[in-house]
Amino acid sequence: MYEGVVQDLIDELGRLPGVGPKSAQRIAFHILQADPVDVRRLAFALQQVKEKVRFCSVCGNVAESEQCRVCLDPRRDLAVICVVEESKDVVAIERTREFRGRYHVLGGAISPIEGVGPDDLRIRELMTRLADGTVTELILATDPNLEGEATATYLARLCKPMGLKVTRLASGLPVGGDLEYADEVTLGRAFEGRRLLDV
Amino acid sequence: MHVAHLSLADFRSYARVEVPLDPGVTAFVGPNGQGKTNLVEAIGYLATLGSHRVASDAPLVRLGAERAVVRASVVGQGGRTTLVELEITPGKANRARLNRSDNVRPRDVLGVLRTVLFAPEDLTLVKGDPGERRRFLDELLTARAPRLAGVRSDYERVLKQRNALLKTAATARRHGGGKAADLATLEVWDGHLARTGAELTAFRIQLVAALQPLVAEAYRQLAPDAGETVLEYRHSFEGELPSSREQAEQQLLDALQAARPQEVARGLTLVGPHRDELLLRLGPLPAKGYASHGESWSYALALRLASYELLRSEGGEPVLILDDVFAELDARRRDRLAELVAGGEQVLVTAAVAEDVPKALTGARYAVSDGAVTRLTP
Repeated sequence: MYEGVVQDLIDELGRLPGVGPKSAQRIAFHILQADPVDVRRLAFALQQVKEKVRFCSVCGNVAESEQCRVCLDPRRDLAVICVVEESKDVVAIERTREFRGRYHVLGGAISPIEGVGPDDLRIRELMTRLADGTVTELILATDPNLEGEATATYLARLCKPMGLKVTRLASGLPVGGDLEYADEVTLGRAFEGRRLLDV
Repeated sequence: MHVAHLSLADFRSYARVEVPLDPGVTAFVGPNGQGKTNLVEAIGYLATLGSHRVASDAPLVRLGAERAVVRASVVGQGGRTTLVELEITPGKANRARLNRSDNVRPRDVLGVLRTVLFAPEDLTLVKGDPGERRRFLDELLTARAPRLAGVRSDYERVLKQRNALLKTAATARRHGGGKAADLATLEVWDGHLARTGAELTAFRIQLVAALQPLVAEAYRQLAPDAGETVLEYRHSFEGELPSSREQAEQQLLDALQAARPQEVARGLTLVGPHRDELLLRLGPLPAKGYASHGESWSYALALRLASYELLRSEGGEPVLILDDVFAELDARRRDRLAELVAGGEQVLVTAAVAEDVPKALTGARYAVSDGAVTRLTP
């Protein structure tokens, strides 16, 4: 145990995801030895992120104003919505530069163990967005694990009567990888999702 | 296959131990509480990622140590040696290494080493709860096809989620009202449960069919003048056994539909492979409750011998482990069992006294005493 404030800092850091007690200690001592200007900048960034960042009133993505950058962009296709679990998934998909539609961030996935049901996710907001008929395709890009699949199935059932085109991201082999290293489940999925080679 | 070398660090009573092993029979002899079983338990753990004695990993780590390490070099078919290593840290995921490469999941270790383990606990296969027999089937499934470890854990995950949902629904209902939305997702979970559950059920039924003649044969050899053994897989609901995975899935969906009011009232998933039963019959009667102590032992041994035969017939002869079983058996069963396993590629035996090891099992002897393993003969 260290003296008061140092231990407080270690405890706080240890509460962050992915940071264990050893790492917390290392980061704390790094901060102790760092230049006061750098530390002030870190503290300022931490404060700002809580004060300034809000969630987009349309899609739920992190935003610095009423709406996020994607929703404010007039060049985006209004007819397609891609549903993701978290804001960080938006960033991941944006990096591909493949998708020109808009997003909807659910804020998680259905998981009864953690007490998360459909009402705890931004599903009602999604339904409101779909109501006026502008959107013609819904892409379900929830995580390819059990909870993500369950959420996707639930949404697909919910949207079926609306006559939308509902698609799910493909699962399969990583690009640039070796077939022999793929695990059986992924390889099995890749077989299920195989497509006609047009030559 | 056989284990050529076993190293343990902070595993159970051992701070460190190195045990070179040969093919053929090896007996570990020593008084109780000296660490004989710990050695074979470690080998069993590498093969199944679980202990045959305890459900949690905490007791496996030596008192005061943070983690245990089990390492073995396994000589497989064609004489190829694989170095398998598992780091066991209670409360955390195990870390695995294959041939000193870090980049493996513990699940990938399954299949490198295959074992069939006989232990005094085996009597519960016959006399115990249905859960024991389900575990027997599922462990054998994983030994046959390591991929099925994924199917098992997927099913358990779906089951947990669905039970959590039913439980909140049941609690809400008891306290008046209850959100309709809670149950809105139930059908989604039904679909997932039926799909993974059907896969597990279909594989189990197939396994029982493959085991049936082998168990009957092994039992005849252990107890020549006793009755006929019959294995019967039973659903947790009414209806005949499915002949395909598709049929199993549809049956499960229907059964879930029918059980829904009860499930919601009790807050629990009542149908599915987690409640199926493997019925062991001896002649016309169920073995549980009717078979004598000796008959029950013969049945338990027959199940293990059949597992051994099955794995052997499908390539990659498993390592046989007989942990303290001979002391439990009468002279006739003891000798029969010894004869039946004597030809195995590698047979590891533990016994409290040397006289408990049957004559038919000649081979290397180790004395185990106070955490030290010393080679006695050749």
